[in-house]
Amino acid sequence: MTDNRFFNRSEFIGILVLAVFLVVVLPLTLDVFRLNLVAKYLTYAFVALGLVICWGYGGILSLGQGVFFGLGGYCMAMFLKLEASSVENTKIQSTPGIPDFMDWNQITALPLFWKPFSSLTFTIAAIILVPGIFALIIGTAMFKRRVGGTYFAIITQAVAAILTILIVGQQGYTGGINGMTDLRTLKGWDIRPDHAKIVLYFFEVGLLFACIMIAQFVRHSKLGRILVAMREKEDRVRFSGYSVANFKIFAFCIAAVFAAIGGAMFALNVGFMSPSFVGIVPSIEMVIYTAVGGRLSILGAVYGTLLVNFAKTSLSETFPELWLFGLGGLFIAVVLAFPNGLAGIWGDYVQPRIDRLITSRKPKPDGWTDSSVADGAPAE
Amino acid sequence: MSDEANKGLLSPLRRKLLMGMAAVPAITMLPRASFAQAPATSAVNTTGLAVTDTEVTVGILHSATGTMAISETGSIEAEKLAIEQINAMGGVLGRKIKFIQEDGASDWPTFAEKAKKLLVNDKVAAIMGCWTSASRKAVLPVMEQYNGMLYYPTFYEGLEQSKNVIYTGQEATQQILAGLNWIAKEKGAKSFFFIGSDYIWPRTSNKIARKHVENVLKGKVVGEEYYPLGNTQFNSVINKIKLTKPDVIFTDVVGGSNVAFYKQLKAAGIDLSKQALLTISVTEDEIDGIGGENIAGAYACMKYFQSLDNPNNKAFVPAFKKMWGEKTVIGDVTQAAYLGPWLWKLTVEKAGSFDIDKIAAASPGVEFKGAPEGYVRIHENHHLWSKTRVGRAKLDGQFELIYETADLVEPDPFPKGYQ
Repeated sequence: MTDNRFFNRSEFIGILVLAVFLVVVLPLTLDVFRLNLVAKYLTYAFVALGLVICWGYGGILSLGQGVFFGLGGYCMAMFLKLEASSVENTKIQSTPGIPDFMDWNQITALPLFWKPFSSLTFTIAAIILVPGIFALIIGTAMFKRRVGGTYFAIITQAVAAILTILIVGQQGYTGGINGMTDLRTLKGWDIRPDHAKIVLYFFEVGLLFACIMIAQFVRHSKLGRILVAMREKEDRVRFSGYSVANFKIFAFCIAAVFAAIGGAMFALNVGFMSPSFVGIVPSIEMVIYTAVGGRLSILGAVYGTLLVNFAKTSLSETFPELWLFGLGGLFIAVVLAFPNGLAGIWGDYVQPRIDRLITSRKPKPDGWTDSSVADGAPAE
Repeated sequence: MSDEANKGLLSPLRRKLLMGMAAVPAITMLPRASFAQAPATSAVNTTGLAVTDTEVTVGILHSATGTMAISETGSIEAEKLAIEQINAMGGVLGRKIKFIQEDGASDWPTFAEKAKKLLVNDKVAAIMGCWTSASRKAVLPVMEQYNGMLYYPTFYEGLEQSKNVIYTGQEATQQILAGLNWIAKEKGAKSFFFIGSDYIWPRTSNKIARKHVENVLKGKVVGEEYYPLGNTQFNSVINKIKLTKPDVIFTDVVGGSNVAFYKQLKAAGIDLSKQALLTISVTEDEIDGIGGENIAGAYACMKYFQSLDNPNNKAFVPAFKKMWGEKTVIGDVTQAAYLGPWLWKLTVEKAGSFDIDKIAAASPGVEFKGAPEGYVRIHENHHLWSKTRVGRAKLDGQFELIYETADLVEPDPFPKGYQ
């Protein structure tokens, strides 16, 4: 019954559990401050989700997802910053009506490329298209030349470094190292008070599930199988007549767009965007979230992101001077002991026991179990 | 999903209402609770801050990890020392200060997150914290939204003023103008070469310095160069300095870049005992890394040097070393951080309350006579009246005081004619 293009039965239950967790359990148990922190963590889950498709299924390791997260975030932040820089709010500046950091850098008129960002429609389009097209260009340049593996990872890192330097260097146009701060309203709706944070949280969770559905669809489609086949034996796929490069570009673009949506939600939730999310270190952190969650598991990516960020926050609150060591130890332990991450622990240890419990109680209904399990588990 | 979403939306509101109702009897009971010498908590804390009959909680928010840790550790140490000394004297309004330390991790958004945590979760009565302008800019909206009080220690670019911040360091005009006047008069300097790290503080500082040089001192700026944070290659700018032969090199290069800059300057044969160099970014802390032999002879424009000869400082330096080790050095910002808890204590006692609005209103006019830099007073604009001093770096990494302004310099975060 539940078998369709998006999920099989066990995946459906997994998604349902996650939905209950995010939509019911967390909002009921956490105060608004903690809920807003979860919203911030979940923005990284978009990136992790993209990485599951691009790295877990496609085998393309990108160490530069921060670039797309940043592009999406900056597009959103530019819109919000323009709205916060009304003539009324910026009276004390030498040039009222432009963002404060431009005024500090002796810029006297709004630069041309900023102007379209006063439109929300344009901004939303830009959040999807700018990173998408950028990924298309990088992907085409790399994959058409059959650059892959480690070389690709290094190039994405270089791109992340270049973009950071560009943003920091052009501070008159980008806010430099300070980033864009003090974002206030979205079309007149104040994004800072508690009730706005709650609305944004649910909106973000909704978007996240939309992305999870897209990821599930990709995974169950023929495309997903080709991606796995490519990861396992690229040449065979090529000799079978498929254009390997195009599939890789597609996976990379999807990951980029997911990351950009995450970035835009970050700017909305945190009221802030800065180059510290664009560079090499945050990009690698995002890969770690995916690794901890299990790079083959779409839902694992979400749980991994939440777990690592919860650990980060609580460790740093408890041990402000030593927390980085604890976090580092945690990563090493997970990667050494459980190479498939949380999803691996679940799949190898917990799931079989639950299955045994269920099957020992009632006879197995014919038909769905065997086929769907075999169906759902990708060749690993 | 929409049903569930609505449920989630309502629940925090409902919870808050319930909490509010539960709090009503508690509030009405409180006035009867304590009649000790310390004023009743209900009288000095009407806004639900973390104040009990015996304790008051403040936050310390600096980078204990990451690239800024090396600079911010001194501030953390100074704040802890001040809190310990205040507690030894009986605390604030009869309450001991307890602190919650959070790590900003040299990451501006983390600063914002932790500031919010301290205000919303821990309800701290004040936050001593931030260091870079970027971290302050990230924290400022949080302080204003949740009505907190931040004591910010670093000298900075100005162009900012908030009800929710007390700036215990100098703003740009306070730091720069007197120093430029002095060097123009003393050295007859007419031409200046500006070198800075590329971010908001050096850019704004140099903008102010340029206006002052051109309009007031009638001198000339023969070069203005910026380098990315962390840059270590200064050879091309050193060549330009050799070509333009400025009377004064004026620098606001920050952090680790300084080590490379002064070493390369020395290697290029520029002798700082002959070539005047005025820096507004090197304190005793940075010299620790640069090495006294590489920078001896340079002038620094600050408000505090560890070598200051006054009774307050003579008590402060040994107390600091006793707590944190004989080898520690105390720079300008460390001293400004030490002022934070003291100014807060004095303001709370003046206001007779921990409430943020009352503290903000009571701050102007608060004086601290025990400051290691000498007497300081809070201005209406929440910055400090303080002296500007010029020191000359010595081989041992300390500064020798050369010049200080006769009077306190008025803070002017929005200087007219300098923007």
